[in-house]
Amino acid sequence: MTNVIQDTRRIVIEGTAVPVRGDDIDTDRIVPARYLRTVTFSGLGQHAFEDDRADLARAGKQHAFDVPAFSGARILLANKNFGCGSSREHAPQALLRWGTGISAIIAESFAEIFNGNCLSLGIPCVRVDEPTCRALMAATEQDPSLVFRINFEQCTVDAGSHHATFDMPAGIRQRFLEGSWDSTAELLANEAKVSQTAAGLPYLTGFQN
Amino acid sequence: MGKTLYDKVFDRHTVAQLPSGQYQLFMGLHLLHEVTSPQAFSSLDERGLRVAYPALTFATADHIIPTHTRLRPLADSLAEEMLGALETNVTRHGIRFFSPSRQEQGIVHVLGPELGLSQPGMMICCGDSHTSTHGAFGSLAFGIGTSQVRDVLATQTLAMNRLKVRRLEVNGKLRPGVYAKDVALYLIHKLGVQGGVGFAYEYAGEVIENFTMDERMTLCNMSIEGGARCGYVNPDATTYAYLQGRRFAPAIGNWERAVSYWNSVRSDADAEYADVVRFDAKDIEPMVTWGITPGQSVGVSGTVPEITTFPVNERETAEEAYRYMSFEPGQPISGTKVDVAFIGSCTNGRLSDFEEVARLVQKSGGKVAPGVRALIVPGSQDVRQALVALGLDKVFTDAGFEFREPGCSMCLAMNPDKLEGRQVCASSSNRNFKGRQGSPSGRTLLMSPAMVAAAAIAGRVTDARQFFDLQ
Repeated sequence: MTNVIQDTRRIVIEGTAVPVRGDDIDTDRIVPARYLRTVTFSGLGQHAFEDDRADLARAGKQHAFDVPAFSGARILLANKNFGCGSSREHAPQALLRWGTGISAIIAESFAEIFNGNCLSLGIPCVRVDEPTCRALMAATEQDPSLVFRINFEQCTVDAGSHHATFDMPAGIRQRFLEGSWDSTAELLANEAKVSQTAAGLPYLTGFQN
Repeated sequence: MGKTLYDKVFDRHTVAQLPSGQYQLFMGLHLLHEVTSPQAFSSLDERGLRVAYPALTFATADHIIPTHTRLRPLADSLAEEMLGALETNVTRHGIRFFSPSRQEQGIVHVLGPELGLSQPGMMICCGDSHTSTHGAFGSLAFGIGTSQVRDVLATQTLAMNRLKVRRLEVNGKLRPGVYAKDVALYLIHKLGVQGGVGFAYEYAGEVIENFTMDERMTLCNMSIEGGARCGYVNPDATTYAYLQGRRFAPAIGNWERAVSYWNSVRSDADAEYADVVRFDAKDIEPMVTWGITPGQSVGVSGTVPEITTFPVNERETAEEAYRYMSFEPGQPISGTKVDVAFIGSCTNGRLSDFEEVARLVQKSGGKVAPGVRALIVPGSQDVRQALVALGLDKVFTDAGFEFREPGCSMCLAMNPDKLEGRQVCASSSNRNFKGRQGSPSGRTLLMSPAMVAAAAIAGRVTDARQFFDLQ
């Protein structure tokens, strides 16, 4: 049995990748709003990209999430502004619960709230430049069994002959490396300072200060 | 060097810098609704935690609420379960709930301001991306995910990055028939849906200074559609006049001190910005989206853009938009047939939005075109009651609009209000994403409430300036 600490650390993430092409893929597309009518996150995985998948199927095409060769992917490849729109955490929760679970996302850029939600769930969002992203997508489309290796100590992505580096804010990377991405405990630890800050806010003290 | 409102409010709410480099920020107001909170409460329970500051936490129900009936239990058992969960959670944790059963609910971003909860110099959060709306008051307000809702419930704080500040000035004077919604769509069109990522937007310039609070809310509401997590307007006499006398606004005895705090958080004249972008109001005309992102829009007299007008790396998205929307490049947007007209949402569901629509409908004497379904969905019970008191509900129903109970309704269709099949909807809401309005193939054209009203009556997209003779 692995213990909890080991489970939460993100040092190396290795696995095959699934490419979802297109800029500005919003969270309504990642998980349609009708599936937000729930008080849990369980079962969301099967609805990931549901309408896009059905739309493509009607047109005689196949969404990457329906291609059997990608079904065991742990890494999602996307283009620009991935996860824009609604703040629904249901979107990364659905990706986390799809197939064997998406553990990391590589894209050209991410929408801000989505990125924050992924951080809360321990899903690293890795930014690479456009040529790198396109090359990685093409590589996995050509060979879905290609194994990607994201190394968070070295900030590198390796896949076959492809090698790329990425930037991630040092503090955020540290949280993944240490497995301390769940922020609640860290925030609770500052309880005394929190009260102090509140006591300095004019609108909480009848504007006396 | 002076400071921006962003810097001042951010610093004032900073509890600590965390080892990650992020900042721990105190939230002065936390708004909850039924969709993004149940899992946060469950997670709180699992960890044996309590709500740290229930007095700064307020809840309502909006996304799943049916707008055609007030009967409980809700016909949709999943929706009923969510509403029930919220009721249980607020009761257990002593949180003030603006409840549908007491006729006091509304869309969270309409309700907060109207109650006087949203005030200048606050940090405000809610599990909804359109929380940016509250920035209209000179607060820093942003949407968060469910794990962050849990963090705020447990600690009243969040771990966040510091954003850069971009000042967007709209100078000059808007032409008649051009509304705050058109300004919002124009700015998103010009700067792109990704343009604001990493930024807070400070809206300024003559046009914004002259805006009412309702107009400022419409503009700030759509900050997130331009990629900016929050957008704000510096508080001024317009803000203070709006707040005075509202239920949760500072009491008279504290008023002068409150105003002095609010004035103190305004951006300094010599504040430094990451960048400043200026626009001329006279260049803005009524806007209509033709695509599947809020940035894909044209002026109503324009045509669906040719593929060659897009940078090479944006052509894939444009092609996808043509296909999904069934538009041909070069086709005039005006004249597009509509099946549904929706006026409401946290973008345009306030009293002044409906008063303007009622004025135009009355002036034209027009009726909703045969075959068009037109919905008027007030943003809150207060808005609805005010419309009824003014007799405007009658104006709407006489003209063939349905006058509904308040809720998010067809903006995101988590309730019975949905498009069917490939219907085209002229909508005053904020998102034209694929499938957004409840049908996986439904099509949304975003525009101002006046433009939606013109489309409802004409049965097709039409220039509201001519249609209603706006000069």
